[in-house]
Amino acid sequence: MAIATTHAAHLQNHYADSEQQRESAKLGMWIFLLTEVLLFGGLFVTYGIFRAWYPEMFFNAHKHLDVLLGSVNTIVLISSSVTMALAIRSLQVNSKQHAIMFLILTLLFAATFMVIKYFEYSHKIELGQLPGRMYTYTGVQGSNPHIFFSVYFAMTALHGLHVLIGMIVIGWVLYRTIKNHFSHEYYTPVEMTGLYWHLVDMIWIFLFPLLYLIG
Amino acid sequence: MNKIPEHNYLAEPKGLKSWLLTLDHKRIGLMYLFAIMFFFAVGGFFAVLLRLELLNPGKDLMEADTYNQFFTLHGAIMIFLFIIPSIPAALGNITLPLMLGAKDVAFPRLNLASWYIYVFGSLFAVFSILAGAVDTGWTFYTPYSTTTGTSVISMTLGVFILGFSSIFTGLNFIVTIHKLRAPGLTWFKLPLFVWGLYATAIIQVLATPVLGITMVLLILERVFGIGIFDPAMGGDPVLYQHFFWFYSHPAVYIMILPGMGIISELISVFSHKKIFGYKAIAFSSLGIAFISFLVWGHHMFTSGQSEFAAMIFSFLTFLVGIPSGIKVFNWIATMYRGSITFEAPMLYALSFLFLFTIGGLTGIFLGALSVDVHLHDTYFIVAHFHYVMMGGTVMAFLGGIHYWWPKIFGRMYSELWARVAAIIIFIGFNMTFFTQFILGSRGMPRRYYNYLDQFQPLHAFSSVGSWVLGVGFIIMAAYLIYSLFKGRIAGNNPWGALTLEWKTTSPPDPHNFKETPKIDYGAYDYDTVMVESTIR
Repeated sequence: MAIATTHAAHLQNHYADSEQQRESAKLGMWIFLLTEVLLFGGLFVTYGIFRAWYPEMFFNAHKHLDVLLGSVNTIVLISSSVTMALAIRSLQVNSKQHAIMFLILTLLFAATFMVIKYFEYSHKIELGQLPGRMYTYTGVQGSNPHIFFSVYFAMTALHGLHVLIGMIVIGWVLYRTIKNHFSHEYYTPVEMTGLYWHLVDMIWIFLFPLLYLIG
Repeated sequence: MNKIPEHNYLAEPKGLKSWLLTLDHKRIGLMYLFAIMFFFAVGGFFAVLLRLELLNPGKDLMEADTYNQFFTLHGAIMIFLFIIPSIPAALGNITLPLMLGAKDVAFPRLNLASWYIYVFGSLFAVFSILAGAVDTGWTFYTPYSTTTGTSVISMTLGVFILGFSSIFTGLNFIVTIHKLRAPGLTWFKLPLFVWGLYATAIIQVLATPVLGITMVLLILERVFGIGIFDPAMGGDPVLYQHFFWFYSHPAVYIMILPGMGIISELISVFSHKKIFGYKAIAFSSLGIAFISFLVWGHHMFTSGQSEFAAMIFSFLTFLVGIPSGIKVFNWIATMYRGSITFEAPMLYALSFLFLFTIGGLTGIFLGALSVDVHLHDTYFIVAHFHYVMMGGTVMAFLGGIHYWWPKIFGRMYSELWARVAAIIIFIGFNMTFFTQFILGSRGMPRRYYNYLDQFQPLHAFSSVGSWVLGVGFIIMAAYLIYSLFKGRIAGNNPWGALTLEWKTTSPPDPHNFKETPKIDYGAYDYDTVMVESTIR
């Protein structure tokens, strides 16, 4: 399909102009984020129900999560949101080098998060603080402590998967930035990646107090 | 006009690759249509086998376990592979951009991706059939689904994947309707089918992710035994039911709302009269979408839900009757003093009116608490949802296929045979399923392999009905396929309809319109505008 010569290279030919294309992408992305919220919503409901059923067990079990590591990870992810936003800003003012730097920083923060998560996970696996049937730990008071770890692992693993996917997408927009695909006129994919990345951070900001800071 | 236009989306570009990598919404819709019709045939085949087994009490054809697998496959295939994608992904995909005067949907690549995701998900379902077909019923209730030896995981994984396909279609449609309407085509000038698709898309986007996470939790429960649905480990099997129906009740509106949209088009076109109560019909679609999220608990009246919750859910369920009733009354008011013609699409629209009204009304019976306790899990339920889903959605789908067939392929089918098939299907449907209302009210439980002798005559009558239905569908397949090669050339607008898709050629140009169409008249202005049919 030939693209009309008057169209900019990034403009798909079923759109009238760049504005319409960008607005469509934005709306589509927001709807997608809504589906993500509902996907996690199922897990938040699960959390709410079981915490209401076993409040004491949840309180006792949460002490076995490392608040320090959780806090560090929270700071790391919030920082990555800042660098992501700065990367978009850099493209808006046509500063490619800065954009590349900020995207690399975002990737590094994301990787830090995953590494810390890896250490947390392996510690729990070692102690047998595992979901459901696999739970072998004995140090938590209260009924059905394995449920807490089922919820913990389901929520953090799904979130971790989102971080991983985010890293792949950030890597892809980084590559395209290096290849000069973006400018102040067209940076929609980076902006959409940013929206997704902020949502991933936001979900963590809810997960952290719900799991680590039960009072 | 007695020639198929030279430039049309079916003819160019050529080659298998141009189809498999197409970004054209019409081709993607057509590929959906073929896949969906294939699974409709498979699911229908299972249905006929089930009815054959039920011809007599005891064993006729298959063992009890096989029977369990067959009714599960019939349900899962019909729901997840046929009826959910049927109208939006196939007919909606083809007609929505045309109705909006757009060149394509907002995200053509996402559209193609959704088709591949659908095919990928269906492969899991097919694999599950080969690897020890699921026998849980299409609802996969725990604890049975976590303990049965059949291949629950591949089927639920298939359902999870199919969910993404549905989400992407819905997302695409919402953005398309918001952003790609032709200049001057304001919201209240949109065809009502578009409103139906819009309401459907909202549910697809909001409800399907919850099904996704439910399937993930079910798989985790089965693989790792995480215990949240297992009462022995402090979990709750009813929680699964809540999650499942939080999606699956709105999902029945994913199935019916686009069907209602089609009916709005058909009734107005074939009554040659302006639609009555346009805004009421448009808003009632949104109303149904909204209420759909608040009624899931009526599936659990007998599952140990609190009586208070049951009362609330019962009340909310009754509310669905209001927007549904508004639609039915408006359609009838549209027909009143119209000059009605009885082409095949209109016959299906009329079938819909009769059958959906029965299906909807019996839904109100079932929403009443005390009545539901009596009728729960009987054939009355089976009859009710077949009246809504098959008598409603499938009739609308068939009406839609017959209505847009000349647009999609540029040729007419045999009107005579189409009417014959429509009447046979109507009769066969009522023989099969009206009987089941009687069976259910007399206490015949659903999903049973064996039954008391006293039910035998009614079961046999229902089985014979399924053969009549089968004959109707075979006739339909025959004349539709024949029409592709020998059908009369349809021309742009065989029905004299006013919506935008009839302004372009049939089959349409690969870019839909030579230039963006002008909005000269409203979609239903039959009282002021006269467009000549191109076949008369």
